[in-house]
Amino acid sequence: MSRTAWLAGGLLALFALPLVAGEFYLNLASQMLIAALFASSLNLLVGYAGLTSLGHASFLGAAAYLSAWLSLHLGLAHWASAPIALAGTVLTAAVFGWIALRATGLGFLMLTLALSQVLWGLAYRWVGVTDGDNGLRGLTRPEPLGVAIESADRFYWFALLVCLLAIGLIALFVRSPFGAALRGTRDQPRRMGALGFDVWLIRWLTFVIAGFWAGVAGLLFIWYHKYVHPSALSLQASAEVLLAVIAGGSGTLAGPVVGAVMVVFLKNFVSAYVERWNMLLGFVFLAIVLFLPEGLVPGMRRLIRRVKS
Amino acid sequence: MLAQLSNSNFLVIQTLNSLSLGGLLFLLAAGFSLIFGLMRIANLTHGSLFMLGAYIGVSLLEAGVPNLWLAALAGGVATAVLGGLFERLVLRSLAGNSQGQVLVTLGVSFIVADLCLMLWGGDPLPIQTPESVRSPLRVAGFTFPAYRLVVVALAIVVAIGLYVLIERTRLGAMIRAGVDDMPMARAVGIPVSRLFTIVFCLGAGLAGAGGIIGGPILSAYPGLDADMLPLALIVVILGGVGSLAGAFIGSFLIGFVYTFGSALVPDLAYVILFLPMILVIAFRPTGLFGRMGA
Repeated sequence: MSRTAWLAGGLLALFALPLVAGEFYLNLASQMLIAALFASSLNLLVGYAGLTSLGHASFLGAAAYLSAWLSLHLGLAHWASAPIALAGTVLTAAVFGWIALRATGLGFLMLTLALSQVLWGLAYRWVGVTDGDNGLRGLTRPEPLGVAIESADRFYWFALLVCLLAIGLIALFVRSPFGAALRGTRDQPRRMGALGFDVWLIRWLTFVIAGFWAGVAGLLFIWYHKYVHPSALSLQASAEVLLAVIAGGSGTLAGPVVGAVMVVFLKNFVSAYVERWNMLLGFVFLAIVLFLPEGLVPGMRRLIRRVKS
Repeated sequence: MLAQLSNSNFLVIQTLNSLSLGGLLFLLAAGFSLIFGLMRIANLTHGSLFMLGAYIGVSLLEAGVPNLWLAALAGGVATAVLGGLFERLVLRSLAGNSQGQVLVTLGVSFIVADLCLMLWGGDPLPIQTPESVRSPLRVAGFTFPAYRLVVVALAIVVAIGLYVLIERTRLGAMIRAGVDDMPMARAVGIPVSRLFTIVFCLGAGLAGAGGIIGGPILSAYPGLDADMLPLALIVVILGGVGSLAGAFIGSFLIGFVYTFGSALVPDLAYVILFLPMILVIAFRPTGLFGRMGA
């Protein structure tokens, strides 16, 4: 079967899912979609820029908190709060990126981790604004084009449309000339600099764009849960999304999606039986890094090629 | 806020709290900094080792170890051995792959956190202040909690010991050579691989002992690891990786900023904590005392 036919069949199956799946599985699928978009945004940094960030939850959390705060405290409607929350997230990403990109490699990783702890600390401690450990609750879902998305199947369709659009745009971005330059800065930063590319600017723009898409995932997150807690900004949240990217295969478009599906599945399904999500998360990390460092998708591809030849 | 600042008792007590937190941070950050400087490993298990040390201390004291200092010594040795095994068995197999190493330390930190939760439960476990320094000192009308003074003194002793080790011994000279130029150090016959294990054990042991010594102030609780690791990160970024002096100054600076921040503006203390780091990174990316980029 050709690639296009596979793609069309897959899309059809995704859209038809609510016809066969019950509410529990649809909600699980919606969470997977949000995680997939979130992981795809981080993949821009980890996979295509070669910059491992351990603070990407900042941007999902910032968008979720901003949107929640704008509706609760200023009473803004969704059409106003969503773009303002996204703008705020992009601004946060611009500042964080400017600071974190003073370094590369491990320094970048430590700076993103430290910066994300600032937001986590704010969410936990600045009780007057974030209500601390209680989180922000009492939120609603928007009604895009007048259509309510309160039910599980409608929200799933909405999330599917948004994620397909977003991941499609991410794919276009990666394949654009800018994406090629970005991969150049990952593989040969010095040569790119010598060729006249502004390596720092390319990285910074990518950081901001990754923050923007994480913000979109954050809006979906807050609309899905109608609740946000400081744990959305925790190191664990950043670690989970990084695990999704690396487990699936960084630098591929499908990898983070596969990885995110796996992480959400493990978190919601397996941890219902074994009550030790943290330990499981740790062991999956170890297993992936030690035995499957390139990730599931490239690993499977290699396996398939070997079987075919 | 101004009323508090003009109250001399408040000032004295908070200063002492700052110094003792700084001392604990130094025990944690010195090892983190040396490991990062020599091995280029951002050891995210460092907070876990601190917490593990605290819990081991709780168990040792319950099992009848006569005093805290012996417990700290034994706990430090235990975490040093665990750290050494981790370095030899796991990190070694990923040599040269710094991203893989960070991820492995991250994974292990989650496992350790969950193991501690399993073994010691979710409630905070206090560690008693040692009998000999339990009564407060009274000097010039102020009362000082004596234990905190001991912690500061201990940190200074450890700092001097580390300084002598690094600057005045053959082993220290080899470590410095490894930090500055590893390929050259290897080329002149320095056993860099053995140094890695020694430094990792040293860092892990200091962190574990620090957890026990910090016990009477912080106690042992789930999440202690995640509370301490970012502080160690800031100290090291601030002071410069691989620099002992940087870790020392950075620890006490952060001790002051955090303690006074928490007392004066509790809502924003966590943000204020990161400001010095951001300022330093913006104007001097190698950190205050660093010789290389992070």
